[in-house]
Amino acid sequence: MGANEPGLIGQSVLRKEDARFLTGTGQFTDDITLPRQTYAFFLRSPHAHARLRGVDSAKAQAAPGVLGVYTGADLTGVNGLPCGWLITGTDGKPMNEPPHPVLAQGKVRYVGDPVAVVVAESLVQAKDAAELIDVDYDVLPAVVNVVDALKPGAPQVHDEAPGNRCYTWALGDKSAVDAAFARAAHVTKIDIVNNRLIPNAIEPRAANASHNAADDAYTLYVTSQNPHVERLLMTAFVLGLPEHKVRVIAPDVGGGFGSKIYLYPEETALVWASKHVHRPIKWVAERSESFLADAHGRDHVTHAELALDKNGKFLALRVQTTANMGAYLSTFASCIPTILYATLLAGQYTTPAIFCEVTAVFTNTAPVDAYRGAGRPEATYVVERIVHQAAVETGIAQDELRRRNFIRTFPYQTPVALNYDIGDYDACLDEAMRMADVKGFTARKAEAAKRGKLRGLGYASYIEACGLAPSNIAGALGARAGLFEAGEVRVHPTGSVSVFTGSHSHGQGHETTFAQVVAARLGIPLANVDIVHGDTGRVPFGMGTYGSRSLSVGGTAIVKALDKIVAKGRKIAAHLLEAAESDIEFSDGKFSVAGTDRSKTFGEIALTAYVPHNYPLGTLEPGLDETAFYDPTNFTFPAGTHICEVEIDPDTGVVRVERFSACDDFGNIINPMIVEGQVHGGVAQGIGQALMESCVYDRDSGQLLTGSMMDYAMPRADDLPSFQVSTKVTPCTHNPLGAKGCGEAGAIGAPAALMNAVMDAFAARGIVHFDMPASPHRVWSALRAAQPN
Amino acid sequence: MYGFELHQAKSIADATALLGKTGGKALAGGQSLVAAMKLRLAQPGHVVDLAGITELAGIRSEGSALTIGAMTRHADVAASAAVKSTIPALASLAEGIGDRQVRNMGTLGGSLANNDPAADWPAAVVALDATIVTSKRSIGADAFFRGMYETALAPDELITAVRFPVPQKAAYAKFRNPASRFALVGVFVARTANGVRVAVTGAGPAVFRSKPLEDALGRAFTADAARAVELPAAGLNNDLHGSADYRAHLISVMAARAVAAT
Repeated sequence: MGANEPGLIGQSVLRKEDARFLTGTGQFTDDITLPRQTYAFFLRSPHAHARLRGVDSAKAQAAPGVLGVYTGADLTGVNGLPCGWLITGTDGKPMNEPPHPVLAQGKVRYVGDPVAVVVAESLVQAKDAAELIDVDYDVLPAVVNVVDALKPGAPQVHDEAPGNRCYTWALGDKSAVDAAFARAAHVTKIDIVNNRLIPNAIEPRAANASHNAADDAYTLYVTSQNPHVERLLMTAFVLGLPEHKVRVIAPDVGGGFGSKIYLYPEETALVWASKHVHRPIKWVAERSESFLADAHGRDHVTHAELALDKNGKFLALRVQTTANMGAYLSTFASCIPTILYATLLAGQYTTPAIFCEVTAVFTNTAPVDAYRGAGRPEATYVVERIVHQAAVETGIAQDELRRRNFIRTFPYQTPVALNYDIGDYDACLDEAMRMADVKGFTARKAEAAKRGKLRGLGYASYIEACGLAPSNIAGALGARAGLFEAGEVRVHPTGSVSVFTGSHSHGQGHETTFAQVVAARLGIPLANVDIVHGDTGRVPFGMGTYGSRSLSVGGTAIVKALDKIVAKGRKIAAHLLEAAESDIEFSDGKFSVAGTDRSKTFGEIALTAYVPHNYPLGTLEPGLDETAFYDPTNFTFPAGTHICEVEIDPDTGVVRVERFSACDDFGNIINPMIVEGQVHGGVAQGIGQALMESCVYDRDSGQLLTGSMMDYAMPRADDLPSFQVSTKVTPCTHNPLGAKGCGEAGAIGAPAALMNAVMDAFAARGIVHFDMPASPHRVWSALRAAQPN
Repeated sequence: MYGFELHQAKSIADATALLGKTGGKALAGGQSLVAAMKLRLAQPGHVVDLAGITELAGIRSEGSALTIGAMTRHADVAASAAVKSTIPALASLAEGIGDRQVRNMGTLGGSLANNDPAADWPAAVVALDATIVTSKRSIGADAFFRGMYETALAPDELITAVRFPVPQKAAYAKFRNPASRFALVGVFVARTANGVRVAVTGAGPAVFRSKPLEDALGRAFTADAARAVELPAAGLNNDLHGSADYRAHLISVMAARAVAAT
């Protein structure tokens, strides 16, 4: 099926889920309070690095209302939290993978590292008791940034990782790159930092775990983007519980951005403790805990070099990146700066030779993992900043240099492993330039200069690889999990449909988009379709939602299940209509005998399947309920061009985003309104990173200096312009929906576009080196250093 | 939040007596105190709620002065016709405090008694040379603010009202911290019959007057005159969001913008 399917596909149907969200009737984890509920509070390390000499919880145990106090020493038989991707280094050895204990064992390694959990009748009692725990810390020197961590004599975060190295990994043909540089007409070099970010989903992480002694089974409500993966990791790797005795439910979830993919210590400790206290235990992170203990994002330091010939054709790209893993390897930490980063360094360009070396480093900071875009924003930032700089140095116009290097023949095999199936990069660039009114920029810049302001225009022509897959290739690259998706379509006797999807919606609108796919395919009203997700007790299996994969992978699994439904319906119809199965056509919700007016509605077929009085029972099972698993044959490759125009007030350093134009190719689109919303949100996050967000740890003490909204600057509506967005469509060639994914594009394109605009504005003052965020103080300082008065 | 005993005062005398007896904290709009209590940073055993004392709220225009009761909410100041017609700078300052929720709960007296280094009200009080009327006495603006979170108030002394003399011209310009939106630098400029006063908030440990700016603007009350003043960075705040140099620079820029807005 494609965009030309009649009816619902391509319609901006209002979101089915919004009625409950807008009326406050959503069910989030904290809304769920169970009979005999108890509450947990985690005591966290106030030090970035310390040896635990002892933890005395006797007074806390005896405090009013306390049901249990547990420390790392109590968690006997509990393993560490696993990392889901094994990276093999350039030395041929597996990455250093130090234990990641659920509660600190022997040492604490970042401010916020959980040391103990207190379970009490009330949260206040748990907090009061936690203050009575006496922890004897032997404070050690801390290291928070990757440059310091690699210096000789730096504090060692783990004995298992000498020199704080997790791995050094490389991709690409080094000798081909060296040869290309040797014959280059021009070489552009940049040093850039991809600033560390704190996710800040609007709903903090939360969990509610209970154990039922009657059947020795656990139920965990948790803020998760992928409850089946959460259950698999927790049962098989950490707690050693039978998987079928643990039900994980991720109910309504208020945003994730990656931060709710991972298996965290808190819910793991709750599941374990729930059997010990024989009561359900609830924990909801306070916002300050979210700052300290959610997995952070980005945090790369990169040197890159681009070789060009005399015509501006890219000959080779050489990239060296140091990536911060934080104190422990989070669930997917290791694959973000490697598999999801270096493979994207071709961008939209025909650069024939690319070599990238990545060193991953442990520091005394919160674990770092995927955050909206996950590796791909970092790659786009490297490619598009260096392309911008190359254009400046060679005097070739920004759009022209990009055009001279665009890939135009598909499929295209990059030198960094990916095979792009389809795209039209000129179309998005042309449309973005039209929306951005690039032609009028010179006049706007001159007008701004009259007011004493600096204007700049920046481009980012990004590509991303979404719909992570196929499983066998990912496995060969070190993935410790499959990357398929599952879907079940259950047709009820009256013809309404429940769809069980392994994808998880935490803001994406699956209940609407997926229902449109199903209703259009079956020719039934949208209201007759419900999407069920986020419950291992109801959904067959699921890998969850991340990497903009829900529609292209999860949606395709549903389509494949629908194909089975239709195929079976055809058999039933053939029986009822006394026709050959091959003569039965299905469209607009009717099974018809080709060339006749004889037909049965979808509802009639459903009823027949469940009331099989006139039914081929000898050859066909009753019922109409089909499951499909879909493992993609390739990534999808959304791409586009974002153009940003900024105005800088040199008096204050304030950068105002005057215009932001995004033209994206997400393949076929089911619901344009939802896609536009995803672009808006992504662009806002990307602008946030470029303009204001920055996670800062004190270099000496390792304290988190940006530990609240008072110091960590999140973008607000009035920091953002009204976005201009549009789409171009080249349908993905290898899934039946032709969909590529749209969730991360904004966060991938926006930072480079904005920073290139800042660099363009800075050019008048001779500034060539500047890192995110372009916050007022940093911009003012850069301008002052460039032109001291 | 730790447990505490809540007292709901009926009158000013009742409130001061309760504060004296319990050694507790006065609760005005609660926009700083309650947040600090929730974080367990403040742990008063007794809290005396002033919300029931009706005589503490209200706005009166008296020709040469505007008197605002201590429990008047920021939103009420922002919306007041009396304020807009006498000292419009106060209405716009009040409208720029925090967010809608803070403005609907937070009070003038609470803000002054707390004396947060980045609060807006202290700049207005100092620049306008306002008088702080308390349950015991009247205190001049220059004598009231003593340092970071420190004022001349005794523990059992309540602000009841603030009397603002009506200036010839006044305006407030604030450069917001991009994260908290508190004043990174806020400058209140006032021209009165007695000369020009310039008060700065956010930039130092507490509100202060800028003599160089007052002198320059006394000579010529123009934006250019303010912008030309180069202030020393010594003693100014230096943090993630702005170096002392940056703040020193912003004081002149914001002073110029305030003058331009008068």
